[in-house]
Amino acid sequence: MRERIARRALEELPAGSVVNLGVGIPTLIATLAQARGRIFIHSENGILGAGPRPPEGAIDPMLVDAGKRPITASPGASYFDSALSFAMIRGGHIDVAVLGALQVDARGRVANWAMPGQPILGVGGAMDLLGGARRVVVTMTHLSNAGEPKIVPELTLPIGSLRSVDVIVTDYGVLDVTDGALVLRELATDVTLEHFTQATPAPFSLGVQRTR
Amino acid sequence: MLGADAAMQLVQTGATIMVGGFGLVGAPLALLEALGRSGASELTVISNNLGEPGQGLGALLRQGRIARAIGSYFTTNPEVIAAYHAGQLEVTLLPQGTMIEAIRAGGAGIPAFFTPTGAGTALAQDKETRRFGERLCVLEQALYADVALVKAHLADRLGNLVYEKTARNFNPVMATAARCVIAEVDRIVEVAELDPETIVTPQLYVDVLVERAA
Repeated sequence: MRERIARRALEELPAGSVVNLGVGIPTLIATLAQARGRIFIHSENGILGAGPRPPEGAIDPMLVDAGKRPITASPGASYFDSALSFAMIRGGHIDVAVLGALQVDARGRVANWAMPGQPILGVGGAMDLLGGARRVVVTMTHLSNAGEPKIVPELTLPIGSLRSVDVIVTDYGVLDVTDGALVLRELATDVTLEHFTQATPAPFSLGVQRTR
Repeated sequence: MLGADAAMQLVQTGATIMVGGFGLVGAPLALLEALGRSGASELTVISNNLGEPGQGLGALLRQGRIARAIGSYFTTNPEVIAAYHAGQLEVTLLPQGTMIEAIRAGGAGIPAFFTPTGAGTALAQDKETRRFGERLCVLEQALYADVALVKAHLADRLGNLVYEKTARNFNPVMATAARCVIAEVDRIVEVAELDPETIVTPQLYVDVLVERAA
């Protein structure tokens, strides 16, 4: 299911674009995308042009991604410090950020960094990417592990940015955020509109819709 | 040039220190080990994380030497969460881009700046805000330290620094924002051996070099 979401999100990435991939489902996109060799992966710890995972035995401890996993450098890669890396993000130089989310509200705003009832001790680059990338694609399972809908009228978890995201890709379908409202663009093959509506308490309208 | 233990005598109890590294990658691990052997405590640490359990800054935390941490991502070390709950550690959380920009500003003589990151979120509570056009922005204060501990790959004898791959991360920026900058390097070379085009940190920022034991 997670790989299916990643495969669908990959289609949202234009050839030649500079893309930052968050942890979780977005990480799966890296492997899929590199097989096609068509995007430049920015990792906020300081590399543009992150390449595939190295084979066992060829791990370079000086070369990791933002999840601290070993990577390689693609031909044409560059290294830079953290201030420049986040200036790229905040300055709108990243074409697309693909991020996980805990919840999305009816206006396409996202909770992506803090869990309820836990001390706030980690945020990393989540807010910077959510607010700064030119386009933000959210990838997530449509329901939480507890079976609760994640696309809700109002966030009950802490908001990550006042900015609305652009596209939401789940295992149930694809939604666009247009003028601060959710528009269903596509249903997954095995999901009916009735099924989707039941699992989506936030209001949404029907766009030019197609089934896959 | 000093040995690691001699260099860590420059860090006093109660000092504010910046420590480079993203997790353990690019962290000045030999300096941190020496700091563990020194008597310095009640430290305020500005660093993205506090290492891993028992490693890097995580070792100093375990020894109870860190009173306060300013950073962006502490949840990967469960001992940070435990110390916070036990009231042994004060934590200030900043978005990663805000943290490094605050350090950049500190080194560049800018006392504070407005940024849209974090506006309208729990991390902007009690912070001054202002609207610029459509965007709500938060006023963030610059960060500056007594001592910065950074890790580079090579140094020449003047203190010019060259980094390695993604181990660069926070290091060159922290090297601009402290009264005393101590760089741990893999190797020290003669002056003019480094190509001036490849030098990332010019020597005027660096006060002390510590070569890692070969």
